[in-house]
Amino acid sequence: MSQSPLPPVVIGAGPAGIRAAVTLARHGLSPILLDESPRPGGQIYRQPPAGPGQRSASELYGFEAAKATAIHQALAPYADRIDYRPDTLVWNVERGALDLLSNGRTATLAYHSLIFATGATDRVLPMPGWTMPGVFTLGGAQIALKAQGCGIGSTVVFLGTGPLLYLIAYQYAKAGATVAAVLDTSAFGLRIKHLPGLLALPKVLAKGLYYTAWLKAYGVPVYTGITPVRAEGNERVASVIWQDSAGRQQHTACDGLGIGYGLRPETQLADMAGCAFSFNPLDRAWLPDRDSAGRSSLAGVYLAGDGAGITGADAAEVGGERAALALLQDQGATIDPSRVAVLEKRMAAFVRFRTALLQAFPLPAARWAETVSDDLVLCRCEEITAGDLRATVRKDQPRDLNRLKALSRIGMGRCQGRMCGAAAAELLAHQHGCAVNDIARIRPQTPIKPIPIGVTPENTP
Amino acid sequence: MSLLIRYAEQSRPSVRFFLDGQAVSALAGDTLLTAVLTVRERLRTTEFTGSPRAGFCMMGACQDCWVQVRRGDGPVQRLRACSTLLEADMSLSTTSAPPPVIAEEPKP
Ligand SMILES: Cc1cc2nc3c(=O)[nH]c(=O)nc-3n(C[C@H](O)[C@H](O)[C@H](O)COP(=O)(O)OP(=O)(O)OC[C@H]3O[C@@H](n4cnc5c(N)ncnc54)[C@H](O)[C@@H]3O)c2cc1C
Ligand code: FES
Repeated sequence: MSQSPLPPVVIGAGPAGIRAAVTLARHGLSPILLDESPRPGGQIYRQPPAGPGQRSASELYGFEAAKATAIHQALAPYADRIDYRPDTLVWNVERGALDLLSNGRTATLAYHSLIFATGATDRVLPMPGWTMPGVFTLGGAQIALKAQGCGIGSTVVFLGTGPLLYLIAYQYAKAGATVAAVLDTSAFGLRIKHLPGLLALPKVLAKGLYYTAWLKAYGVPVYTGITPVRAEGNERVASVIWQDSAGRQQHTACDGLGIGYGLRPETQLADMAGCAFSFNPLDRAWLPDRDSAGRSSLAGVYLAGDGAGITGADAAEVGGERAALALLQDQGATIDPSRVAVLEKRMAAFVRFRTALLQAFPLPAARWAETVSDDLVLCRCEEITAGDLRATVRKDQPRDLNRLKALSRIGMGRCQGRMCGAAAAELLAHQHGCAVNDIARIRPQTPIKPIPIGVTPENTP
Repeated sequence: MSLLIRYAEQSRPSVRFFLDGQAVSALAGDTLLTAVLTVRERLRTTEFTGSPRAGFCMMGACQDCWVQVRRGDGPVQRLRACSTLLEADMSLSTTSAPPPVIAEEPKP
């Protein structure tokens, strides 16, 4: 096989990146695996810091313990083949090279072939009071529990939509917290309507139903079809005001609030690399184009896992292996066609499931944009309000999100729009009365995450 | 009062650190965010309106948790609290004032 002189690079050591790296190693390549986190596992199988007093895998990962352990242990047999570099942030991609930051030092790494497995983070829609201490993202609430053994409060509310809402409520209740309410913006009827699609993965559906039934059995109040109104408190959250599906205002006291509306893929690096993107109406987001094997629009660049579209952890493992096989095939290696067929068949079921899931738990974008008041802080980084944004739209009529960003600084702060991007896009589209795909997408800037001042440049290849 | 509540792993060894000059303790394996929020209700105040913040995403995405930290008599560093592990005797600030240098305790 005509081996490329540079080792393939995999970015992200979650289920997708680990399966990709292991597949490359099994076929004789020596990939470099880069990950910002200190330990392998990615989001779902995130590991607490090593040390005494740790919980067991079943305490940490519940039903997913066996899969988590398999992922954590997958790299060890290939330790001499896979150059695994934890604590390494990729903060730029330019002309065939990556800019890295590791232990306070920057470095560049040239590549010929690259697999993006960068995963996802919470998608949020701002609500009044969301910047108060005690309000966290849903995923953040889960990470506190999983990686630190801490909860976001003793009486907690989870608000938003998506399957994680129920999973996290279950995990908190089991840990000993009082879950005062689970508040889902999606109507229950949508779940029934999309049941046929959800049956594409009966075991995953069964787990979801189990969490819901458990919450019911343990008396956790679950409300669907709700509308968030605001979080209240004096310098820390003390209650949530919301409207039930019949339009009645409700008040739930709490000392911790988790909010989240599904996930948003981390696509900045693929964007910087020059991958073509298309708007995906299901995700209401711009996603990098890819074929069923994970090939991007660029030769030698592949995509796998949630970073290319939210499909979940099991799909991430399949996608990682499939993308690695595509890379091998494109470099002239012989791969097992029957394995490819198995992976593609499994992926098709994940895609059917994902399609139904995104329809059953949609982003309540239209209702949100209609009801946002001018004093709502959209941008946590620079405290830009909906009123600031509307004033900019009235004055300068920006048609496109990047123009709006230049004029109002929305999406330009430290998080680069990770937290406010969905909201800014929905609001701008609403102001113009156009579809959210008609206002372009926020383009990433380098560095994609802030770099501490005083880091030492180092030019190791 | 604290913002975060410990539900598990409470047997990890205790680690002393300094918050706005005051000696407090957390557990080995805590991030700076966990360490601060298990003793206080806030992590920092914002540059623009001075409102209190306590981080948000806990996964290095929102950048809402950058705090000022000093080790020994070294320079003040800005670090992301949710992805930095606590070290013994770090000095942290939850205000805009830089964290103080902690004087060595006289040996008994
Ligand atoms: C908090 C949270 C909880 C979740 N829980 C579940 C669940 O219970 N079930 C489920 O099916 N799905 C869950 N998900 C969805 C989950 O993201 C995926 O199912 C799964 O983790 C996707 O795997 P992945 O390999 O694509 O990405 P991830 O697991 O997200 O891994 C991506 C990795 O890439 C690294 N990375 C990203 N950008 C960079 C960069 N620039 N430089 C260096 N490294 C980088 C990250 O540090 C991370 O380790 C959860 C997501 C979140 C955020
Ligand atoms: S809490 Fe979001 S980056 Fe630390």
